[in-house]
Amino acid sequence: MLDTQTETDEKLVQRKAQKFSLWLGMLGMFMMFAAWSSGFIVYSASGVDKGIKTLLPDTFIYSTLSIVVSSLTMFLAHKAAKNDDSTKQRLFLLITFVLGIVFFALQVHAWSVLTDRGVYFVNNNASQSFIYAFTGLHLAHIIAGLIVLVVAIIGITKLPKDGNLFRMDLASIFWHFLDLLWIYIYVFLLLNQ
Amino acid sequence: MSSTVISHSAEHHDSHGHHHEESFIRKYIFSGDHKMIAKQFLITGIIMAVFGMMLSVLFRIQLAWPDKEFPILEVFLGKWAEGGRIRPDFFLSLVTIHGTIMVFFVLTAGLSGTFSNLLIPYQIGARDMASPTMNMLSYWLFFVASVIMIGSFFVESGPASSGWTIYPPLSAVPTAISGSGTGMTMWLISMVLFVASQLIGGINYVSTILNMRTKGMDLWKMPLTIWAFFLTAIVGMLSFPVLVSAVVLLIFDRSAGTSFYLSDLVVQGQILPNEGGSPILFQHLFWFLGHPEVYIVVMPAFGITSEVIATNSRKPIFGYHAMVYSLIGISTLSMIVWGHHMFVTGMSPFLGGVFMITTLIIAVPSAVKAFNYIATLWRGNIRFTPAMMFAIGMVSFFISGGVTGIFLGNATLDINLHDTYFVIAHFHLVMGSASIFGMLCGVYHWYPKMFGRMMNTKLGYLHFWLTFIGAYLVFFPMHFMGIDGVPRRYYAFTEFAFMEKWVSVNLLVTWAAIIAAFGQVAFLWNFFSSIYKGKKASQNPWQANTLEWTTPVEHIHGNWPGEIPTVHRWPYDYSKPGHGEDFIPQHVPFSETMGSNLPHDFEGDEEAERIQAEWNAQNGRKD
Repeated sequence: MLDTQTETDEKLVQRKAQKFSLWLGMLGMFMMFAAWSSGFIVYSASGVDKGIKTLLPDTFIYSTLSIVVSSLTMFLAHKAAKNDDSTKQRLFLLITFVLGIVFFALQVHAWSVLTDRGVYFVNNNASQSFIYAFTGLHLAHIIAGLIVLVVAIIGITKLPKDGNLFRMDLASIFWHFLDLLWIYIYVFLLLNQ
Repeated sequence: MSSTVISHSAEHHDSHGHHHEESFIRKYIFSGDHKMIAKQFLITGIIMAVFGMMLSVLFRIQLAWPDKEFPILEVFLGKWAEGGRIRPDFFLSLVTIHGTIMVFFVLTAGLSGTFSNLLIPYQIGARDMASPTMNMLSYWLFFVASVIMIGSFFVESGPASSGWTIYPPLSAVPTAISGSGTGMTMWLISMVLFVASQLIGGINYVSTILNMRTKGMDLWKMPLTIWAFFLTAIVGMLSFPVLVSAVVLLIFDRSAGTSFYLSDLVVQGQILPNEGGSPILFQHLFWFLGHPEVYIVVMPAFGITSEVIATNSRKPIFGYHAMVYSLIGISTLSMIVWGHHMFVTGMSPFLGGVFMITTLIIAVPSAVKAFNYIATLWRGNIRFTPAMMFAIGMVSFFISGGVTGIFLGNATLDINLHDTYFVIAHFHLVMGSASIFGMLCGVYHWYPKMFGRMMNTKLGYLHFWLTFIGAYLVFFPMHFMGIDGVPRRYYAFTEFAFMEKWVSVNLLVTWAAIIAAFGQVAFLWNFFSSIYKGKKASQNPWQANTLEWTTPVEHIHGNWPGEIPTVHRWPYDYSKPGHGEDFIPQHVPFSETMGSNLPHDFEGDEEAERIQAEWNAQNGRKD
C-alpha cells in the first residue's frame, strides 16, 4: 500500500511540474511577441513615414469574437471533463476545434483584405510587414493549439479519468493563452494604427 | 561519530519497477534518463569543442604566417586553402563558426546541458527531470543543430561568414559574400533548432528545481550549483525567444524580400529594392539575447566552482547567501546592459550613459563572487585535485578578464577599444576561458558520478598547466594589440603598416595556441580511456556533502534504490567543529551530530534547541 501511495505522490509531483513547465513555455512564447512589440515601437518611431498607416480590417473583430467564444467552449469542455461527462466533453472540444479553424480562416481573410488595400507583407514600411509577422506567428501557435485539441479529443477514449482530466487541464490553459495572446496582439496593433 | 554510510541500499523495496531490461536504443540513444542525456550532451559538446578549437588553430596559423604556404592545408581544405594559404573569405568563415560553436554549442549546450541534466535531479533529490521525453527531445534537437552547423562546411559556398553576431546586411543579403548564401541559411536553421533545444531544456530545469525537490530541500538548502543552473535557465528562457524573433525577421528579409533590417543597399553593382529597414534594430534584438547569453555561459561555471572550491577547501562556502544574491543580481542586470555592445552605433549619449551605469554595476556582484571564492580558499585545508586546479583557474580568468570589462563598459573608452583585439582578449578570458575552466572543473569533479571511474590525476595536472599557461599566453598579449588599435577579424597583418609590428606577437600567440591545443589531447585521452580503464570510483570519492554522492556508483533508473533521502542541513557543513569527520552530508539529521550542532542550525525551532541544550548539559558541551 505504501508503495502505491508513494508512486501516486510522485506522479502528482511530476504532473504539477509538467503543468508548471507549460506556464514557463508560455512565458517563452510571450517573450517572442514582446521582442517584436519593442522592435515595432522602435521601428515605427524611427520616421514619419513609418507606422501602420492603415486601419486594421474589420475581419479582426470577427476573428476575435470567434476565438473568445472558443475559449468559452473550451471552458465548458473542461467542466464536462471534471464531471466525467465524456459526450459533452467531446462535443465542446469539437466546437472549440471548429471555432479555431474559423479563426484561422478569418485571419487569412484579413490578410487578403490588407493586400487588396495594397498593404503587402513585402513592404518598405516594415511597420506594415509587422502586422503579418505578428498574426502569422500567432497562427503558427494556433496550429499547435489545434493539434493539442485533437490530442485532447483522442484522450477522452484512450486515457483513464485522471489522465484525461490532466490533459484537459493543459489543453485548456494553452488554448486560453492563445486567446489572450491574440487579444494582446490586437490591442497592441489597435493602439498603434 | 555520525553515520556517513548510506543506509538506503538496505531497503530493497523497488516500487518503481525500473529494473526491467531496456533495449539498447532506449538506453543509449533515445534515452529519457537524465544521466545518459547528460553524458550525451557532454560528449557532443566535447566533439564540438575539438572542432571549434581546430578552426581557431587554422586561423591562428594564418595570422602568424600570413605569407607562408602550407601545402598540407590544401590537402584538407581544398579550394579554401588554394596553394596552401587560407583564403580571406574562408578566414571569415573560420572565425564565425569558431565563435558560434564555442559560445552556443560548447559553453551553452555542452556546459548547461551536461551539468544541469546530471546534477539537478541528483542534487535536489529527484528521480529524474520533470519531463524525461522533453529532455530527450532537447538533446536530439541540439544534436541535429550540431550536425547542420558542421554540415555547412560541406556546401559549395562555404559556411556563414558574417561573424557569430550575424549582423545584417551581410547576413540578410544572400548575394553579399559567398558565406551569406547557403552557409548562412544553414546557420539560421541550426540556430533555430538550437534555441528550441535550449528552451525545452531550460523549462525542464526550472520546473524540476521548483517542483521536485526532496523532503527538507528548501531553496536555502540548495547547493550553489543548483542556484546557478536555475537562474541560468530563467535568463535563457527570457532571452532565447528574442533571438528567434530576430532571426525570423532576418529570414523574412533574406527570403521574402521584406525590409526589417535592410535599406539603401547596392550589392554587386545591383541596387536592392529594400528601403526603410534598420540594421540597428537587429543589433538591439540580437544583444538582448547576446548579453544575457554571456551570463548563461558563465553562471553554470560559477555554480560548479562554488561547489568544487568549498568541497576541496574543506570549508563552508564563504557567504552562501551573498553568493545566491549576487547570482540573482547578475541575472537581473544581465537583461538591461545589452546596449554596451552598441555604444558606437550612433546611440544617444544619454542612453549610452544608462547602459554604462547598469554595466558597471555588474562589477559589484561579480566582485562579491570573486572575493567569496578567495575567502573560501583562505586558510582552507586545500586538496589540489585536478578539479580544484581548474576551479582556481576559473577564478583567476574571471578576475583578469573581468577587470577589462570595466574598461569596455565605459562608453568613452569603448569608442577606442570597440572591435579591437582588446575586446577579443576581454571576452576570451572572462567568458571563454573562465567558462571552459568551469566546465572542465565539473568534468573532473563529477566524472566518477558519470562513469563510475576516476580520471588520471597526473594527466589532469598536465592538462591544467598546459591549458592555463597557454590561455594566458594566447589572450594576454591581445590587450596590447587592442590598445594599439588593431581591429579584430583582419585577415593579414602584413597588409597594414601599423599592424606589421604585431606579427611577431602573433607568432607567440599562435605557438601558445598550438601547444595548448596539444594539451587537450591529454584530456581527451584521459577522458575516453578512463571510461574503460580508470580506477573504480568509491561512492563518495571527494567526501562531499551533496545528495548525488548518496546514490550507488552503478547507475540505476530512478537514482536511489529505496526512498529518496530527506535533507536536514545546508550542503556546506565542512570541517564543522566538534564533528569527527570534516564533512557532514546533507541527509544526516542533527540528532546524529549532537556534538557539532550550532544554535543557528535549528532556525528558531525551540523544541530542537531545548533538546540540544539538554544534551549539551549532560555531555558538558558549551553552547
